Amino acid sequence: MKKYVWFLLSLCVLLTFAMPVCAQEAEAQPQDTAKQIEESDEIAQNIAEPTEDAQPEAAKEEKFDVTSLIMGHIKDSHVWHILDYTKEENGVEVEVPVAVPLPVIVFANGHLDLIYLANDKGGLTFQNGEATEAMEFHESLEYLEANANAEIANEKPLDFSITKNVASMMLVSIILLIVFISFAKAYKKNPGRPKGMQAFLEPVFLYVRDDVIYPNLGEKTDKFLPYLMTVFFFILFNNILGLIPFFPGNANVTGNIAVTMVLAIFTFLMINLNGNKDYWHHTFWMPGVPVFVKPILAVVELMGIIVKPVALMIRLFANISAGHIIILSLVSLIFIFQTIAVAPVSVIFVLFMDCLEMLVAFLQAYIFTMLSAVFISLAVAEHKHE
Amino acid sequence: MDLVTPGIGLVFWTTIIFLTLLIVLGKVAWKPINNAIKKRSQSIEDALNQAEIAREEMKKLQADNEKIMDEARAERDKMLKEAREIKEQIVAQAKSEAEKAAAKVMAEAEQKRDAMMVAAMADIKNQVLDLSIAVAEKVVRKQISTTPDQEMLVNDLVKEIKFN
Repeated sequence: MKKYVWFLLSLCVLLTFAMPVCAQEAEAQPQDTAKQIEESDEIAQNIAEPTEDAQPEAAKEEKFDVTSLIMGHIKDSHVWHILDYTKEENGVEVEVPVAVPLPVIVFANGHLDLIYLANDKGGLTFQNGEATEAMEFHESLEYLEANANAEIANEKPLDFSITKNVASMMLVSIILLIVFISFAKAYKKNPGRPKGMQAFLEPVFLYVRDDVIYPNLGEKTDKFLPYLMTVFFFILFNNILGLIPFFPGNANVTGNIAVTMVLAIFTFLMINLNGNKDYWHHTFWMPGVPVFVKPILAVVELMGIIVKPVALMIRLFANISAGHIIILSLVSLIFIFQTIAVAPVSVIFVLFMDCLEMLVAFLQAYIFTMLSAVFISLAVAEHKHE
Repeated sequence: MDLVTPGIGLVFWTTIIFLTLLIVLGKVAWKPINNAIKKRSQSIEDALNQAEIAREEMKKLQADNEKIMDEARAERDKMLKEAREIKEQIVAQAKSEAEKAAAKVMAEAEQKRDAMMVAAMADIKNQVLDLSIAVAEKVVRKQISTTPDQEMLVNDLVKEIKFN
């Protein structure tokens, strides 16, 4: 026990000293994110006056922009940023970002374009000839065909890029596949008492099966087990990977509304495709109430059908995003106060929040799975009364 | 607003990734794991049931053993008791027979003694008779001259004879 306490303490100290280093890296980020241009007219402005970029950036070095730093992290990105370092070039300090280039795939003008990001001389530019200066490092990608007046000529393209979140999700999928295929294989080799990894994962599996799925679905557990297990471990692994503050982690996958929306839609489909006669009967023509109440209840039930997955979607998205925002805010305190003295406080709070977020990672995976199981069980329940 | 607007690309990729995971993991992970765990818990349950049955049988056997032991003990006690009784009986019988035999011996001895006594008496009487006859003979032979003497002699003799 004592060993762990020492380990944690030394970790604290280490992080405290590491913080200034990280600070410099983080400071670089606003410059990238400052380039985030969401509105197309802003882009147009940039094309027209590319030199203007440098001045506000210099001004921003004085005033630390927390919002853009945090939002830059919370939102998806077309590069997987690792760190920045400064280097002297012709007497001028240049920020050099180190990032994993990710392929950009856009669907525009009726055809699919695959554009690779290159990572040369620190700047990330599209190698496709059509790319323009303004597309550099662009968060909300616009497929631009600027005309002479610096106005955007084309429509906003559909962005099917392998973004940071997609890449992170793929990584999680690979981890999940490796972990659970080997977990399944362990049973062929060792059907008796679980050992090693198997002994670690089995209680989790059994917990989800016996305490989350079975109490709701009972006899139908086996039918819905694959879906609910996949949901649970997909969310859990994404949450945990999102908590790792450095490279292969830190993507805010389950804190992205698109991801939670897809998961919620899957639950929606599982509920409504498996809903039995009783379920639809209860939805559209509630038995056991006066006739004039039935249409009102039908409206309420129909709203419920939509609201259930929407609640799932928002809960997961908001919880995970909030966690990331809090941790980033706590780290940002150091740069807001511009003093290292805040670092220990920040570190301790971040450590505390990280622990809390570990709990939330499990809790949200649990709640999503649990509620999905509950909703499915309501849809497949056989009513014995009446 | 950007934050809560789902991007089409991410929706697309999430769907593909999640569906792939669902299908692959469902086939190669969840079902085999679930079946393996079920099979194992079934076998554990069977083993427990069998153990329970074995324990019951064991208990029954133990009860039987106890019963047999009790019976054997009772049998032994009974046998011991009987043996003791027989012993006592035999001893008593032997005693009475011995007493009887002793009494018989005594009686016989007494009878013999009596008989011998009678014989002895008879013998003595005969001898006394012979003796008196001899005396009388002598007396008669020697001094039958005087009657008073004779009478005195006879009286003396008779006195002597009268000893019983």
